[in-house]
Amino acid sequence: MTSEALGSRRDALSASDTTGSAGGSAAAGGTGGVVTQRRRKGPPVVSQLLLTLALLLFLAPLAWMVLSSLKSAGEIFTTPPKLFGESLLFSNYSDALDFLPFGRFMINTAFVAVTGTVITLVTSALSAYAFARLRFKGRDSLFLVYLGTLMVPQEVVVVPMFLIMNQLGWINTFQALILPWAFTAFGTFLLRQFFLTIPKELEESARIDGAGHWRILTQIIVPIAAPAFAVLAVFTFITYWNSFLWPLIVTNDVSTTTVPLGLNLFLGQNGQAWNLLMAAATISMAPTALLVLLLQRYLVKGIALSGLGGR
Amino acid sequence: MALTGAVRVTDATDPTASPAPPRGTRRGDGRAASAFLLPGAIGFVAFTAFPIVASLVMSFFDWPVLGDPSFVGFQNFVELFTTDPVFKTALLNTAVFVLLYVPINIVVSMGLAVWISPRIIGRRYYRVLFFVPAVTPMVGNAVVFGLLYTPRGLIDSTFQTLFGVSAPNFLGSSSWALPAVVLMSVWQGFGYNLLVFSAALDAVPPSLTEAAAIDGAGPVRQFFSVVLPLMSPSLFFATVLTLISSFQVFVQPYILTGGGPGNSTTTLVMYLYQSGFQNFRLGFASAIAWVLFVIIMALTAIQFLGQKKWVHYDQ
Repeated sequence: MTSEALGSRRDALSASDTTGSAGGSAAAGGTGGVVTQRRRKGPPVVSQLLLTLALLLFLAPLAWMVLSSLKSAGEIFTTPPKLFGESLLFSNYSDALDFLPFGRFMINTAFVAVTGTVITLVTSALSAYAFARLRFKGRDSLFLVYLGTLMVPQEVVVVPMFLIMNQLGWINTFQALILPWAFTAFGTFLLRQFFLTIPKELEESARIDGAGHWRILTQIIVPIAAPAFAVLAVFTFITYWNSFLWPLIVTNDVSTTTVPLGLNLFLGQNGQAWNLLMAAATISMAPTALLVLLLQRYLVKGIALSGLGGR
Repeated sequence: MALTGAVRVTDATDPTASPAPPRGTRRGDGRAASAFLLPGAIGFVAFTAFPIVASLVMSFFDWPVLGDPSFVGFQNFVELFTTDPVFKTALLNTAVFVLLYVPINIVVSMGLAVWISPRIIGRRYYRVLFFVPAVTPMVGNAVVFGLLYTPRGLIDSTFQTLFGVSAPNFLGSSSWALPAVVLMSVWQGFGYNLLVFSAALDAVPPSLTEAAAIDGAGPVRQFFSVVLPLMSPSLFFATVLTLISSFQVFVQPYILTGGGPGNSTTTLVMYLYQSGFQNFRLGFASAIAWVLFVIIMALTAIQFLGQKKWVHYDQ
């Protein structure tokens, strides 16, 4: 009962939200009210319950992962399936960490992801500023070359990139994990699109006050474009964190192993101990899952803003 | 992502959209521009432009990791399409994966986006929770599904309990393995499109569906005649991007099945990886990469040509 009442109240709230933001004109708002009222006669309770059920089913694999990570090896496979084992074996986590240094992998991955993100942001901002705000010969054709490379799948460059790393003696180094993916055109493109929307007048008045390009970029453009930078930062970080194919190719040493690769190693060396494997999987998934839950508001906006879908 | 760019650039390079130089200012910013572009451009040339060209060149060579490369012309490509036994299977598996994955992904994400309407309480949280596996390492997701799929795993034991029969041995059966990989992939990946479609749905002005309702259109008619055409640009881009990414499927079969049983889940990228980094035939692997690239380019071009028929950019 209470939840139903709460439901209709929230319902009314969000309905007025949508008409308010999208309607614009008073007339549209008016009709909106009428129709929402008519539509609301079917209570969303059933729909809400079914959706919750779908969500629970969807989350079941993750829940099962966590539950299995707390069981003893023998309790993983039972018919009928049991949610919990005899006791909650948190020791599985320390056992998994003893077996392979996941702490080290986390630090490696964090270092790679943070450094990669910083380089990406800085170089993308500089290039995007040039493409969006400066006039120079060949600007548009050069930008088209940048864009053209966005079409090329990673797999095309992976083979020669491996040779380059090999030539440089960079196999099993952090620079091999970071640098190849810190200069792709996507960041430049995303930021440029955003920079273009910033009114030219702001920049002109700054110029009259004697500001150079560097000051215009750092003190005017960057603060205004902060949301675009945030979106780019989060997605770059996540891409680095989850990257698998490239680390698989250029590293084979614990000193540079990243989390996804560590999980793969664990699978190879300890494939039968499912409880420890699930503990390791939980460890590998927790950071990005938490990041998304914390930043959800911005992420949703960012995806809407940039159309970063489908990957 | 790429394609969003490719389309928008036409707007952006058009003189009205690109920032007009302030009247009466200097000739150009050539020197400043080179300073701003240099750091990115060096990396871009070294790690993007050069490797792309190098990859094409390498595809015409027999290129071992150790020893000297030798020019072989089209021989790698000829081998792929005539004598190579695995390539055809990999091509076919990839095609089947794409044909299953893309429609299911789009239908599921669109269906849920519509379902999570403004009437649903906490809709933001539903969206984000469905999105979580899309940002957790795919290796982790695949490992978890390995536990679910394995004989005596959760799916099998649930089958035993409910029906008294075993579930199929998903990953051990050459007919079930690929669908099992598709299912896991849909589970992990549809969250992106869900968010994209949700954003597009939110942007549909309610006045239009209301007008349709007043004209007597039911919810289904409203969706297909009003909402879907308005969302068609999002649908178009989501389809293009999902298609591109699904051709690159690698991690899921690599972790779940290792390409097996037999070669029943070997995909193009997995075969590329095996050829280049397990058999050390770098030229041959580059040839596979270019076949993949050409397929992706061709299908993308077809979609762009076809979009005039169904994508509406004007409201």
